[in-house]
Amino acid sequence: MSDFIRYGLRYLILLLTQVYLLNKIPHLHRFITPYLYYLFILWLPFHMPRQLLIFIGFITGLILDYFTVTPGLHAAACCLIAYVRPFLLDLLLPKEVSEMNYKEPSPTSLNWGPYLFYAMVLTLLHHGYLLFLEWLSFGRFLDFVIKVISTTFISLMMILAVELLFPRKKKVRA
Amino acid sequence: MRNLFLFLGRYKYFLTFLFFQGVALWFLFRFNRFHRVRFMGVANEITGRINSQYNQLEDFFSLQKENERLHRFNDSLLNYLPYNFVKADTSVKIFRDSLRYDTVFFSRRYLSRPAAVIYNTTSSSKNYMQINKGALHGIKDNMAVISSDGFVAGLVVNVSPRFSQVMSLIHVQSRVSASIKRTGHFGTVLWDGKDPMRLTLKDIPKDAKVQRGDTVVTSPYSFHYPPGFVIGYVSEIIKDRGSNFYILKIKPAADFFNIQNVHVIENLDRTEQVQLDKETRNKTEKEN
Repeated sequence: MSDFIRYGLRYLILLLTQVYLLNKIPHLHRFITPYLYYLFILWLPFHMPRQLLIFIGFITGLILDYFTVTPGLHAAACCLIAYVRPFLLDLLLPKEVSEMNYKEPSPTSLNWGPYLFYAMVLTLLHHGYLLFLEWLSFGRFLDFVIKVISTTFISLMMILAVELLFPRKKKVRA
Repeated sequence: MRNLFLFLGRYKYFLTFLFFQGVALWFLFRFNRFHRVRFMGVANEITGRINSQYNQLEDFFSLQKENERLHRFNDSLLNYLPYNFVKADTSVKIFRDSLRYDTVFFSRRYLSRPAAVIYNTTSSSKNYMQINKGALHGIKDNMAVISSDGFVAGLVVNVSPRFSQVMSLIHVQSRVSASIKRTGHFGTVLWDGKDPMRLTLKDIPKDAKVQRGDTVVTSPYSFHYPPGFVIGYVSEIIKDRGSNFYILKIKPAADFFNIQNVHVIENLDRTEQVQLDKETRNKTEKEN
């Protein structure tokens, strides 16, 4: 139960930061909207039924969609990264499951290199898909490519900053 | 049958993914038309409440700026009050009140209601504002929204009982019928989705003598917007080689990054005007 509250609070904080801070700050540039809320999906525990993971991803995105008046847009992107996440973790985690006692992905549990790779791939997928859906209804292809690259870069920087500023306690699986 | 279950068992994760992906995309393409955001009406009520809490906090930090602006606008309104004018012929006295029909001269065409912006985006290609007045306060679709400076800010596109959603001028689907104040030529203001400080004014013929800095106002030919409100100022003049029209870049007058109090202006004759327009179209189509 305490886990439920902890993840709920974490989601609330990330969501409010996204809606009231990151969506509100004046443009760094017209190509860049910083995204951070999907860090919630990156930080979900390793051992979680995959259907539940996809469902949580969907809900995560949908709640943000309510705030930004774009029903389905972020939900689709979050759904995608929640689906891809287990495949990626299978690649990056040590084969011996018994060696793995950490609870959720973090720089300490995965080491910095693999963790950044993990964050980068999911960030790229999230932004790529999100902006692709936006681009379908409107825009130029070159803008789309530049946008994906620049927002991915900014988001990665922010994830790095969050990891360094707010190190999570080493949660070990019982 | 057994094979079917085996298949389902094997691909259950992928199928779950496909299912939710399908739901999300269905939402996206079914509901995202800005004028058909029905289900957002419910969501408005929930997020609207949170947004108004946040807004109270945010208001606090820009109170002074907002006050100055209100003061300025009020000041300009004072100039319109009847006591400013004296009729030379003292035998007649003119009243102007807020009733729809004046028995003598005036009939009211536009009615303004105050509202506060509680959520506002500027970073997307489809930007909306949310205001704290809704159907209960008499707000309807297609009412014009004017910032507290008296500059055009957007158009109401969706209404829930206590909140409404406004399509900002910086929205790729926004179209405003406009005219250049100095020369009187008519065109359409729209936004290309890139720089929120640059709108585009199309359909101004090349024989118009446009200069940088010319004021662009709403035209009297619009069903939604009252005439003469400032949209922006010409910042760049581009000659379109392919046609006989200019492409003018407009710097919007309203500050979309800091917008708090707005006036929602209703055109009381709109229903009749739109009706007439529609009937005329039907009639001419039938005859041809």
